[in-house]
Amino acid sequence: MHTTTRLRKILWEIPALLALGIVLAGVLILATPPGEAGQAKPAELKIGVVSFLSGPATVFGVPSKNAAEWLIEKYNRGGGIGGVRIRPVYIDEAGGAEKQVGEFRRLVLDEKVDLVIGYISSADCLAVTPVAEELRVLTVLFDCGTNRIFEDNKYKYVFRTKAHQVLDSVAAAKYVLSVKPGVKTIAGINQDYAWGRDSWESFRRAMLKLKPDVQVVAELWPKLLAGEYSAEISRLLVAKPDVIHSSFWNGDVIGLVKQGAPRGLFSQSLVVLTAGEHMLQDVGKDMPEGVVIGARGDHWFLHNPNDPLHKEFVDGFRAKYGRYPVYPSYHMYQAVAGVKAAFEKAMKDAGGGWPTQDQVIKAFEGIEYQVPPGRTMTIRGDHNGIEPAIMGLTKHDPKYPFAILDRMTVFPAAEVNPPLGVKSNDWIDGWKK
Amino acid sequence: MTVPIVILLDGVLYAAVLFLVSAGLTLVYGVMRILNIAHGSLYALGAYAGTFLVVVYLRTGGPAPFMYLALLVGALLAGAISGPLVERLLLRPIYAREEVVQLLVTYSLFLILEDVMKLIWGVNPYYVAGPYAFLGTVSIAGVRYAWYQLLLILVALGTGILVSLAIRGTRLGRMMIAVTADREISAAMGINVGRVCTLAFTAGAVLAALGGALVGPLIAVAPGISVEAIVLAFAVVVIGGLGSLEGAALGALIVGIARAAAVQLFPEVELATVYLIMVAVLLFRPRGLFGEWEVRRI
Repeated sequence: MHTTTRLRKILWEIPALLALGIVLAGVLILATPPGEAGQAKPAELKIGVVSFLSGPATVFGVPSKNAAEWLIEKYNRGGGIGGVRIRPVYIDEAGGAEKQVGEFRRLVLDEKVDLVIGYISSADCLAVTPVAEELRVLTVLFDCGTNRIFEDNKYKYVFRTKAHQVLDSVAAAKYVLSVKPGVKTIAGINQDYAWGRDSWESFRRAMLKLKPDVQVVAELWPKLLAGEYSAEISRLLVAKPDVIHSSFWNGDVIGLVKQGAPRGLFSQSLVVLTAGEHMLQDVGKDMPEGVVIGARGDHWFLHNPNDPLHKEFVDGFRAKYGRYPVYPSYHMYQAVAGVKAAFEKAMKDAGGGWPTQDQVIKAFEGIEYQVPPGRTMTIRGDHNGIEPAIMGLTKHDPKYPFAILDRMTVFPAAEVNPPLGVKSNDWIDGWKK
Repeated sequence: MTVPIVILLDGVLYAAVLFLVSAGLTLVYGVMRILNIAHGSLYALGAYAGTFLVVVYLRTGGPAPFMYLALLVGALLAGAISGPLVERLLLRPIYAREEVVQLLVTYSLFLILEDVMKLIWGVNPYYVAGPYAFLGTVSIAGVRYAWYQLLLILVALGTGILVSLAIRGTRLGRMMIAVTADREISAAMGINVGRVCTLAFTAGAVLAALGGALVGPLIAVAPGISVEAIVLAFAVVVIGGLGSLEGAALGALIVGIARAAAVQLFPEVELATVYLIMVAVLLFRPRGLFGEWEVRRI
């Protein structure tokens, strides 16, 4: 009888002692000042990853989600970020800006993610940015192109790990003048919304600045996702411009190629498709040769193919998903790698401990890190990245079942991105002849 | 002289596409009084099935002209399989319910089919240029046109005439009209109402799928085409008058020519043409050009 009471007493004491120990440990952790020693490492780093998983922009969303999945798996195999595993939460970007603001709040407040990487649509980027500031959550924009975000405002918590759309348009204008110096007339066929209008405006401005005697003979504005362009193609065939500019993407650019090629559009004019890179694998051997293709940066799987970082990405991505990575995949790589680089730099600055969000933000500003195709990615003080751009002419090669880029030109970042603090249009207008 | 000819021709070309996209929608409304939001999905299903079969067929290396057969077989299969399934499982239980329930059910079907197509065919665009490029081009007023698109005008015209004849001239067509007018009396007269409804909806589904399969060679078949199709089809059908095939044809012609004129003369307003016409028509004829005034039943 006596022994059982004693035993019971000991059994009671063990949990009580344990509890006391836990409380004491907690007090000690809380009492340790953040800073030199850093915070305790969390069990995982939870990242919300937002891209289109439904609707027409899925052609961008899925290759970018795949890149995130591939790279996060790779990082986690190597111990994550400073020994902390990354846990992604994938969210669909479809549904419009208002829905995305709601999803963003849910990710931060309910899912309690540590940061968000996302957004392909410029409208979503513009809508989510102020909310990220309000909720004070590190947010990395990975693909949207509008130059307005960081040119019109200053943000503390938001970064973009890529260049804005002006890079494509300026590189396209310079490339056109190098392959067709005698160009006299230009025309544009662009989707009637912000992306199409901004892209054409930058291209037109750059062309007129570089060659003032160029004439604009047609500016066409079909509806986004119209798909059928027989009237527009007729107009372009009647106007006979030397150069046609289009920032079409997705099915629209494929539709233009399908309907335009048999009718002689691509042999009549030099056609520039500034976002054309992502559809080459879909169009295959039907792609006409001699079309100018842009890659929204220098994202092309045959550019620096032997760089170890690039080769690992291209081979790994292809083995896992059966296709070569396209520019949205590279953009996602730049975002995830940027987050890792910023955390690691902040940890180093913090003396090896886990950094606070403010320390990560401080580390992110002006950071330089390595990305495919084996170059340094720079995030400038305005929180926006700059990249080089490539342009090339389509050409068929028996080694690939689709057209690849010939006569490729790489424009260094300084040539196609405005200097820090200068707005894009002012920059183009200020070019010397 | 080039520009007026080009406007007219482009207008008619686009009208043919619009009519093929919207014929199924107006048929199902005209015969069954169901506003089928999933029409766009059936259109996309036809586009996917047709394009997919052509891709598979071309891989076998068979003679090229038979690819058009593959296109049509794809559309027929898509419509003939999905039509009866949807009618039997989803629509039959809700005929007696108010219209908003029909809208909700067909809208949910639209969302479901969107994901089903993504499961089957993935998210990358399906691309086949053969049917469009194979027939070659012809120069009209100095502008090159693809024969395929010129042929679509004939196909659209033929489809319209055949469907009108089938509804007005055949026994089955008259039975369909009778069922629309009064289900109970039709049943009392010995018409198998269930079977007639299945047939009518299947005909609409086949037409939708046919539209998708025939437009498929022009466009990239990718997620999102169903939304485009249903929005355009609604605009055309509302302009022409819900339920009227002639109306859809006239609506398509007006929209097609207006858009072609806008592209040639005022490209800035191209986006708005369809909706401007819709507003103008509805202001003066709220039931559309060929719309019937419904007699209130007591």
